[in-house]
Amino acid sequence: MTASLTAAATTSAMSGPATGLAIEAHGLTKQFGAILALDRLDLGVPRGSIFGLLGPNGAGKTTTIRILAGLARPTAGSASLAGVRVGLNQPELRRRLGYLDQDPRFYGWMKGRELLELVGRLHGLSGPELRSRVAEMLELTGLTAAAERRIGGYSGGMRQRLGIAQALLHRPQILFLDEPVSSLDPEGRRDLLQLIAGLRGDATVVLSTHVLSDVERICDRVAILHRGRRVTEGPLEALLAAHARPIYRLVPAPGQDALVSALVDRLRAAPWTTDVSATAGLLRVTVSDPDAAAGGILPLVVAGGVVLESFERARPTLEDVFLQLVGPAAADDLDGRGFVRPREVPDR
Amino acid sequence: MSGFAALLRKELLEQWRTTRLPLVATVFLLVGLSSPLLARFTPEILKAVGGDQFQIVLPTPTATDAYDQLAKNLGQFGALIAVLLAMGSVATEKERGTAALILTKPASRGAFLLAKIVAIATTLGVSTAIAAAGAWFYTLVLFGPLPVAGFMAAMILQWLALVAYAAITFLGSTLTRSALAAAGLGVAAFIVLGILGIVPAIGRYLPAGLGGPARALALGQAGVDVLGPTIASVVFVAGLLVVAGLAFRRQEL
Repeated sequence: MTASLTAAATTSAMSGPATGLAIEAHGLTKQFGAILALDRLDLGVPRGSIFGLLGPNGAGKTTTIRILAGLARPTAGSASLAGVRVGLNQPELRRRLGYLDQDPRFYGWMKGRELLELVGRLHGLSGPELRSRVAEMLELTGLTAAAERRIGGYSGGMRQRLGIAQALLHRPQILFLDEPVSSLDPEGRRDLLQLIAGLRGDATVVLSTHVLSDVERICDRVAILHRGRRVTEGPLEALLAAHARPIYRLVPAPGQDALVSALVDRLRAAPWTTDVSATAGLLRVTVSDPDAAAGGILPLVVAGGVVLESFERARPTLEDVFLQLVGPAAADDLDGRGFVRPREVPDR
Repeated sequence: MSGFAALLRKELLEQWRTTRLPLVATVFLLVGLSSPLLARFTPEILKAVGGDQFQIVLPTPTATDAYDQLAKNLGQFGALIAVLLAMGSVATEKERGTAALILTKPASRGAFLLAKIVAIATTLGVSTAIAAAGAWFYTLVLFGPLPVAGFMAAMILQWLALVAYAAITFLGSTLTRSALAAAGLGVAAFIVLGILGIVPAIGRYLPAGLGGPARALALGQAGVDVLGPTIASVVFVAGLLVVAGLAFRRQEL
């Protein structure tokens, strides 16, 4: 995935500027037997925005996307795309959609180029236009050299890139991406994020991901789901301003476990502290009074005899908002990099 | 039927690329070639097996025996292959997630199903034609010619019966996510329809009932009702496809 990212972005234009809602959901509920996967979910996604769907595993992200893409039926409630109510049998509505599954599956006997040609034909492309779009997508996703190979021999990352190519081939107005970077290497991930960011204003993108930093990087708006419910939704900056509390991050030098443990106790006892967590060699001190904390933390560190490798007042992140809104239990879902750990419970 | 042409092209390519069409055509060719041979040499084979210990008196084989052998083999091997072709056609795509890939595109569910059954019917049709050509030629060499037009019409009815067994299995494949369950339905239907076929009033309107008119056509016999059983089988297949379509429209993927 290289050069023509901007070109792809500009050629993806089919919808207008960010006015009105491209996607609306009202009271969306989905029950699988005794499991309530979605519980009266309301969503509104502005046209032309990049919308992040966040939540721990089992929160209902994939179920939401599957209903919006017309693969599943809500038990109650309704959803509409560009004003048209979503259902299982609406081929015409799907002309406007691009969809990438979290685990994209293809025909192993087919060649990469053949799959894109099939998708193009289903979207009504033919002749030189079809060949040109397929070549463009192969180039964009770095699959030109593998175009004549059978998909059965593709790696996980190549299948993911092929999934992205087929989702973007027809320049969709609305793009659903369920965990689009999960199988990509760092370079592929960076390129895809640039590509998605380039679609801003032209296509409406709904992005579900486990990587909170990716959402922070490219999304305009975010909805956080938990146990099938929407916990919050809004512009990223507004969420950060409303929910994220000031945080100090301390990295103690290794080999001071006892001293660090005592320091954590002292920090927790301080009146300006609301929470202290110690994970993966990092102390996160959430405070209610940043100025008091600025003058109070370091004296406690010195008094405890703890040597620090770094000390910083951090800008609140989406991870902080996520932890605060979804609750302490969600801390177990995050690893040290802000990635939500995968669980065995399927999200659908 | 949005997307039917593109999907049919994909299905036909799949029949070829996954070697289903070449394999089925080869099996049918062997059936076609071996049927007149078996009819011709069965008396000699039995004589050689029995030796001097017992004597079996069989009438001299004729082209009629060659056709009967072909019809029996196609009715058994062909039906089994029809079930095998159709068993995973929809169930496997649902289970693997490729149906979701296609049906998030502007393709109707009806087109998705129709392209599949047409591709299966095409594979059975090409294979039946190859078996027929081989059988007709060997019958000519060993016994003498069968009427060409009647024989071709008989093979079309044989093909229609195979499509009916494929359609039953196809319905099973649409209703479930298990290719094995679909195959079970196909085999069970083959047995049940075979039993019902014994009842004359019903049997002639079931797929197995196409055998009688087909035989009459192949051997140049007149005065047999071909239209009734043919229309009944076409309606039977169409009914199965309509039920499959209605069920598939309501399914989540």
